[in-house]
Amino acid sequence: MSGHSTYEPKNGFSRWLDQRLPVTRLVWDSFVDYPTPRNLNYWWTFGGILSLMLGVQIVSGIVLAMHYTPSASGAFASVEHIMRDVNYGWLIRYTHANGASMFFMAVYIHMLRGLYYGSFKPPREVLWLLGCVIYGLMMATAFMGYVLPWGQMSFHGAVVITNIIGAIPVIGGPILTWLQGGFAVDNATLNRFFSLHYLLPFMIAGVVVLHVWALHVVGQNNPTGIDPKSKVDTLPFTPYATVKDGFAMSVFLILFAVFVFYMPNSLGHADNYIEANPLVTPQHIVPEWYFLPFYAILRAVPDKVMGVVAMFGSIGVLFALPWLDTSKVRSMRYRPMAKLYFIILLVVCVTLGFCGAKLPDDQVIPGLETFKVMDSDLNSFVWLSRLATLYYFAYFLIITPLLGLIETPKPTPETIASPALSHPPTTPAGAAADAEKKG
Amino acid sequence: MADSAVHNTEAGDDPSRRDFIHIAAIAAAGGAVAAIAWPLISQMNPSADTLALASVEYDLTKIEPGQQVTINWRGKPLFIRYRTQAQIDEAVRDDSAQLKDPESDAQRHKPGKAQWLILVGSCTHLGCVPTVGGGEYGGWFCPCHGSVYDTSGRIRKGPAPKNLVVPEYAFLSDTKVKIG
Ligand code: HEM
Ligand code: FES
Repeated sequence: MSGHSTYEPKNGFSRWLDQRLPVTRLVWDSFVDYPTPRNLNYWWTFGGILSLMLGVQIVSGIVLAMHYTPSASGAFASVEHIMRDVNYGWLIRYTHANGASMFFMAVYIHMLRGLYYGSFKPPREVLWLLGCVIYGLMMATAFMGYVLPWGQMSFHGAVVITNIIGAIPVIGGPILTWLQGGFAVDNATLNRFFSLHYLLPFMIAGVVVLHVWALHVVGQNNPTGIDPKSKVDTLPFTPYATVKDGFAMSVFLILFAVFVFYMPNSLGHADNYIEANPLVTPQHIVPEWYFLPFYAILRAVPDKVMGVVAMFGSIGVLFALPWLDTSKVRSMRYRPMAKLYFIILLVVCVTLGFCGAKLPDDQVIPGLETFKVMDSDLNSFVWLSRLATLYYFAYFLIITPLLGLIETPKPTPETIASPALSHPPTTPAGAAADAEKKG
Repeated sequence: MADSAVHNTEAGDDPSRRDFIHIAAIAAAGGAVAAIAWPLISQMNPSADTLALASVEYDLTKIEPGQQVTINWRGKPLFIRYRTQAQIDEAVRDDSAQLKDPESDAQRHKPGKAQWLILVGSCTHLGCVPTVGGGEYGGWFCPCHGSVYDTSGRIRKGPAPKNLVVPEYAFLSDTKVKIG
């Protein structure tokens, strides 16, 4: 994909710069002339949306940091000060808080896109791994950011999540103390979380550069999952991808604005408007929505250490996925059986999220009396989470490896252009050349 | 380059001397990295003022039978519970029950002071503060992931692995207790 550069400096200055630092050439080759598969659909616009959201979070975050006080005694009041007194403070904070949710929504769509179209398969393993690293860093960043307002959910969320480290046998205790900077979550913890919350987004930006680099080495996947074979199969990034990405971003920003301006607290939890009190845990403690499925997995396992292992394992399997999938066909468009199991996985993930928001012993079907298995009623969210957790792991560890061996995929098209253009082989060469000239 | 290499060996440059310099340089660089990393890691451990742990004294006359107070001790909640006779009896009876973390009730209070149960109020699962009186054993119920403790603070059900921790404490008089 990294073919010959077609950049031609237009004037004296750009020629002078190109010989000293070919940065304009890099941008030209990566975002203007770069060939993209001609059949990319809207699921491919979320990479651009994610870059935009990282920018939004960094800009709004830096502005918040100008008014925020990172101390156990001052944090809560400073967030209220941002909300009530700082000019447009409410706008900046609602942008940042809802921006995190939008960021996660986009990343989940982006990842499921990769799962469905097989974007993690050779030669894109490193690209996929870098994506998983970004996702991990995002979770760490969002978790620490949520602690900063120092409300009840912030505080007790921090207690529960840091105590997960304490579940590690033998060394867990000392590591926990080291992490918290004391024997409980307190001022020292808040201060270091602020420092790291400021740092990590810039590390994410660094990994994003590697991610895009890897992408540009191996080229984009596409809905058919087959490699572009000739120029007919691709279109230049500008204007085709830029305009499509731009349109998708605009629609996404409208949805974002609906949250910021009309329902800014709908994704948050009311308890976080109560200042942190170490002596009282909220009656019903839940993480932010984007962590709910993992929370459900943690609670599904009756043993403390194993629960933590399962929770981290659920992310770990994503890293192993390129080596678990045995199917040679990338896109599930041509794998009817895989498509079915993928849809079940989607339902299971949503179910896990739903279970994470419920009390473990609540009944799934109200009023239905059943019996107890392993200390919990069968008609409870614990058992629903257990079944869903089982499917989640089975999908990656059993179904995915087996399916590639036993299924019969549908025939894949010869080239990308043949299904994309309704009138295959004869005309496309000329048609595509025309299209490119317009660009 | 090639010339000078030949020249060096001819001049009797001993290869083992060269190896030694390499190893010494790498060892010195490694030592320097460790020496720099150590303070950077260590700074995150509890600071001197956090380590200078305070102890608290509490006047027990403020508590009614059946009541529990929660006080802040080293940043953590501390439960002081004035147990009723019925609650003590229940705890003693369950000494012989199937316990996940076996301990008798007598091991969890000071001799002759069965009514006073003093515990660190952090769930041994992931550290939430359990609610007094909740759960089917009348002890505590942890709202976070549903751990149930009995009236001796022993874990009876749910994901928590251990009984609620009994801190170090001593009775200064019949009505005054010093914790820590
Ligand atoms: C990956 C990008 C980021 C994500 C996902 C993220 C996420 C979050 C979240 C979820 C909160 C809690 C919001 C609330 O409920 O109030 C928060 C708060 C905060 N963040 Fe970020 N953040 C990001 C980048 C940044 C950056 C670059 C800064 C720069 C210093 C920053 C500064 C802050 C500050 C000062 C707060 C506390 C004020 C508040 O709670 O509104 N954030 N962040
Ligand atoms: S913290 Fe108490 S049950 Fe999890």
